[in-house]
Amino acid sequence: MEGSRATRANSFDVAVARARCKKYRRRILDMSQHVSALHIGGAYSCTEIVDSIYNEFMRPGNAGGKSPDTFLMSKGHGCMIQYVILEDHGLLSKADLDAYCTPEGRLGTHPDYGNPGIEASTGALGHGLSMVVGMALAERGRGTDGIIYTVLSDGEVQEGSTWEATLMATSLKLTNIVAFIDNNDFQSLGRTSVTHPSFYPLGAKFEAFGWEVVECDGHDARSIYEAVTGRSGTKPLMVVAKTTKGKGVSYMENVPMWHYRSPNKDEYAQAIKELETQG
Amino acid sequence: MRNTFSEALYEEATKNEDIYIVVSDISPAGSMAKFTTQYPDRFINVGVAEQTMIGIAAGLALKGCQPFAYTIATFSLYRPFEMVRDDLCYQNLPVTVVGMGAGVIYSTLGGTHHTQEDIAVAGAIPNMQIIAPCDPLECTDATRWCAKQKNGPVYLRIGKAGEPVLTKDAEPWQFGKIRYLRRGSDVCILTYGVITKMAADVADRLQAQGKSVSLVSVHTMKPLDREGIIGALQRHKQVIVIEEHAPQGGLAAQTKQIAWDIKATSRLDTFTLQDAFIHNYGSYEDLLAAHGLSTDRIMAAAG
Repeated sequence: MEGSRATRANSFDVAVARARCKKYRRRILDMSQHVSALHIGGAYSCTEIVDSIYNEFMRPGNAGGKSPDTFLMSKGHGCMIQYVILEDHGLLSKADLDAYCTPEGRLGTHPDYGNPGIEASTGALGHGLSMVVGMALAERGRGTDGIIYTVLSDGEVQEGSTWEATLMATSLKLTNIVAFIDNNDFQSLGRTSVTHPSFYPLGAKFEAFGWEVVECDGHDARSIYEAVTGRSGTKPLMVVAKTTKGKGVSYMENVPMWHYRSPNKDEYAQAIKELETQG
Repeated sequence: MRNTFSEALYEEATKNEDIYIVVSDISPAGSMAKFTTQYPDRFINVGVAEQTMIGIAAGLALKGCQPFAYTIATFSLYRPFEMVRDDLCYQNLPVTVVGMGAGVIYSTLGGTHHTQEDIAVAGAIPNMQIIAPCDPLECTDATRWCAKQKNGPVYLRIGKAGEPVLTKDAEPWQFGKIRYLRRGSDVCILTYGVITKMAADVADRLQAQGKSVSLVSVHTMKPLDREGIIGALQRHKQVIVIEEHAPQGGLAAQTKQIAWDIKATSRLDTFTLQDAFIHNYGSYEDLLAAHGLSTDRIMAAAG
């Protein structure tokens, strides 16, 4: 299958993926105790997506080198999950994460190009997909087979620039893009379905622009895996992943305040307890 | 200038397969058509979508390519400003944003098509470099330089068509250095871009009065050649700045600042576009005159 070239060979194990995501959520919680704010809700909603990209889909480089594939975090405010995975992969150090948002450190609340593993600076929404199109063009121009992965927020899809890039990806007949929408139905302070009812159906809009579209459960590693490995490879792929903002911690789920806030000590303890009791 | 830009870019593209041009709904005339035919995979027309034009150029550069983004100046810089700032300047990528027909060249099209404050806007962004060639030959030199440089983003402010050659026997073009097109000792005219033709006319008139006149192309507007400007202020009795740009943030304002810093004693006269949208729909020269820029007015005020 054409789509299989986008993945590591036969490595998928849903239990292992679940264990990794639990570990990553726990690590983010630990980091939250050193800062007042860290976009925890948006990081938790795309945890399984970003985990799948890094740990299932992107191919390892030769001799431990850089992957031929690229991940660009378009929803830059979700970068906490990226940081903890990059730490897990040894590209960022514990010291890097411990110094998050401090004058001694190099990591902030949005990805900064030049830091290890960070392929583009994002944070302002609606920039990522155009850069992804440019990267995919460069891969095609050089005759290399790198796949460009990206994660957009659903709020970000309101940006006109996202639709400009959506149109260009198919006009240029690019096939080496795998994009996810972290469809948690929230902008920073409200439900997208309430503020923008015309936003849905979302997948149909991308289909109308010529993308291959598949919907999946964004917290189910198997659903994500099948969505990507089932791609035809003849069009750019948009995975509309249904997610829950703040997923994994009951009091954070679908509560706008947790877009940005850090839990206090009691909230932290409860969150840890909840994570530990999850399967 | 747009044709010489296209020709120079085409020549560079034949030598370097990492050169791409991403354009926004602009007709590929002259050598741009050759580029399109010969390298269709490296000529990307995004249509009327300037934000993605800049973003795609950034993505290409992030993968090591040497892209140019090209359209009419207002649309290459103003419309996608945040993409220019964040994608190009914040990431410090070697992308050349070409602003074609800058200033008030699109005279009859109204204020939406005039680029009166682009030097100030682009110059305020960290990492941005700005080049504004004064004639087709400088445009060729600048384009060749942009095709090779890896410092970071460049805003290349060019004219449109019909600009006369003013630099045929001038000293070599060098990025970041002011360029004397004529050397004199009484009056020094500092200028850049298409309006250099008017500055040359002023220089001719002053010379006809018996004055010894320097005419300088300040083609690199960022980083500005501060030492070069200081030299011009110190070696001439009078310095005249003529620019097709708003009074704020351009060559006039920066020259005044330098003159203040060094306590210059030379006379300094500046002539700029007004800080205003002028609702005049005449020729390019009519627009400049409506802003107060004409050879006669400059001579009357500074001659």
